[in-house]
Amino acid sequence: MIEFFQHVVNGISVGSTYALIALGYTMVFGILQLINFAHGEVFMLGAFIGMYSSRYFGFGEHPSLWALLAILALAMVGCAIMGFLIERLAYRPLRRSPRINVLITAVGVSLFLQFSGQLLFGSDPKFFPQVFQPSGDWTLGGVRFNPLQVIVFCISIVLMAILQTIIFRTRLGRAMRAVSFNHDLASLMGIPTNAVISYTFMLGSALAGAAGVLVGLIYPKIEPLMGTMPGLKAFVAAVLGGIGNVTGAVVGALTLGLAEAFVVAYYAPTFRDALAFIILILILLFKPTGLFGTRRTEKV
Amino acid sequence: MAETASKAGEVLLKFEDVSVSYGAIQAIRNVSFEVKRGEIVTLIGANGAGKTTSLRAVSGLVRCQSGRVTYRGEVISNLPPHLIVRKRICQAPEGRGIFLNLSVEENLDLGAWAAPDPKSYDDDLAHIFDLFPRLKERRKQNAGTLSGGEQQMLAIGRALMGHPDLLLLDEPSLGLAPQIIEKIFEIVQMINRDGKTVLLVEQNALQALQIAHQGVVLETGHVTLSGPARQLLASDEVRKAYLGE
Ligand SMILES: Nc1ncnc2c1ncn2[C@@H]1O[C@H](COP(=O)(O)OP(=O)(O)OP(=O)(O)O)[C@@H](O)[C@H]1O
Ligand SMILES: [Mg+2]
Repeated sequence: MIEFFQHVVNGISVGSTYALIALGYTMVFGILQLINFAHGEVFMLGAFIGMYSSRYFGFGEHPSLWALLAILALAMVGCAIMGFLIERLAYRPLRRSPRINVLITAVGVSLFLQFSGQLLFGSDPKFFPQVFQPSGDWTLGGVRFNPLQVIVFCISIVLMAILQTIIFRTRLGRAMRAVSFNHDLASLMGIPTNAVISYTFMLGSALAGAAGVLVGLIYPKIEPLMGTMPGLKAFVAAVLGGIGNVTGAVVGALTLGLAEAFVVAYYAPTFRDALAFIILILILLFKPTGLFGTRRTEKV
Repeated sequence: MAETASKAGEVLLKFEDVSVSYGAIQAIRNVSFEVKRGEIVTLIGANGAGKTTSLRAVSGLVRCQSGRVTYRGEVISNLPPHLIVRKRICQAPEGRGIFLNLSVEENLDLGAWAAPDPKSYDDDLAHIFDLFPRLKERRKQNAGTLSGGEQQMLAIGRALMGHPDLLLLDEPSLGLAPQIIEKIFEIVQMINRDGKTVLLVEQNALQALQIAHQGVVLETGHVTLSGPARQLLASDEVRKAYLGE
C-alpha cells in the first residue's frame, strides 16, 4: 500500500510538469485553433535559460529556494518573450491562411528551434545546476517524498492557480475567453484581439519555461532535443482533457503522469513512453473531444 | 437639448462609393449614403443584398476595396475594429453575436470594454436593467440559455454599454415573435430619443421604415433608392418589392 502511494506521488509530480506544458497548448488552441508544435521547444529553452542564469549567478554553489525562484522567474520572462516572438513572426502573418499552412509552419518553427538550440548550446547533454538542494527525504505515514517532488508540485499548483485567476477573474482573462469564442465578435467589443493573442502565447510560454526549470531540477541532464517527448506528452494530455479546456489540460496531465508511474511500476518501464500514444489513439477513436471537451457548434 | 439641436443635421457617417469583395464575390459596389446625427436610418434589402457587409465596413471587419467610410469627417475605413469602437460606434451584430460561453453580466461587461468612463459602469448597468428587466433576473445565467428575444435584448444592451453615439443594429427582429419585435422597435425609438443615432439593418421593411427617418434600399450590392422613410413607404417600388403589394 505504501508503495502504491509512492507511485501516486511520483505520478502527480511528473504529471504536474506535464500540466504546465499542456496549459500552453490548450490556451493557444483555444484562442487560435492552432497546435503550436514549437511549444516543446519553448520548454527546452526554459531549461537552458535556467541553467545559464544559475551558472551566471553561481546559484549551483549557493543553493536556496530563492535561487530557484529567481531562475524560475528569469526562465518564465525569457520564454514569454520567446512565445511573443514566435507568434508575432511565424503565426501572425498567416492569420488568414489555410490551416495546413499554419500547421506546417508550426512544425518548421519547432525544428528551427531544435537545431538553433544544438547550434547555440551544443548537442551534448548539459548538467543542470542543483539550485535547490533540500537535505534528505521527507516521510509522511511511511510514504517517502523526495522534497524536490513536493516543491515541483507546489510551484506548479501555485502557477496554475495564478493562471486560473487570470483567466476567470481579470479583464485580460475575460478578453481571452471572448477572443477564443470569436475573434470578430471580440473586436466589436473594442478588444484588441492581436494583443490578446500575444498575451496568451506569453502566458502559455511562461508556464512552459517554468516547467523547463522544474524538470531540469528533477532530471538534471538537459539537451536541445529534450522538448520533443514532454511536448508530445503534454499535447496528449491536452487532447485527453479536451483541447481548449484549461481544467481538462490539468486533469489530463495528472492522469497521464499517474498512468505512466503505474505502468513503470507494475508493468514494464520501457513501456512508459508508448503509453501516451496509446492513450492518444484511444481518445481519438472513442472520444475525440476529450474528457471535458464540448463540440464547438457556435463557432462562426 | 439646445446642444443636440445645434448639432442635429451634422453628417455623422458617410459612405462614399464603397465597394467590398469577399475573394471573387463582390458583396457591395459603389454604395453611397449618409447618416445624420440624431436620426434613425434604415438599410433595407433582400437576403444577400449586402446589408451586413455594409455594417461590417463601418466596423472595420472588412476592408473597403474602393471608396471610403467617414465618421465625423474622418476616414475610418482603414482602422482596425477595436479602434473604431473607441470612436463610439457600437454594433449589435447579425445573429445577435452573444458570447454563449459567458454569463449575461460578463457579456455586458465586454460591451463596456471600450466605454469612455469606467466609473459609470454601475449606472450604465442599472440603466440597461431598467430597459430590459429580464436581463437583470438572468444576470448570472449563462447567456446561451437565454431565449432568442432575450439574446437580442442582451445584444442591444451590450452595445449600449459602450456609450455609442452611433448604434449599428443588424436585423434585430430576425426570428422573433411579433410582440417581441414590436417591443424591440419601441426600444430602438426610445434609444434614439435618448440622443443616439441609429443605423438599422432590416428585412422587415415596413416596420423599419415606420420608425426610421431615412431609408436606403440595397439590391444585389448597390443602392437603388434612398430618401425620407415616409416617402419610401409611399413609393410604388418599395410597396411592390418589400411590402408585398
Ligand atoms: N464571408 C463571406 N464570404 C463570401 N461571400 C460572402 C461572405 N459574406 C457574405 N458574402 C456574400 O456577400 C453578399 C452580401 O452578403 P451580406 O451578408 O452582406 O447580405 P445581407 O444583406 O446581410 O443578407 P441577409 O439579409 O441574408 O443577412 C452575399 O452574396 C453573400 O453571399
Ligand atoms: Mg445580413
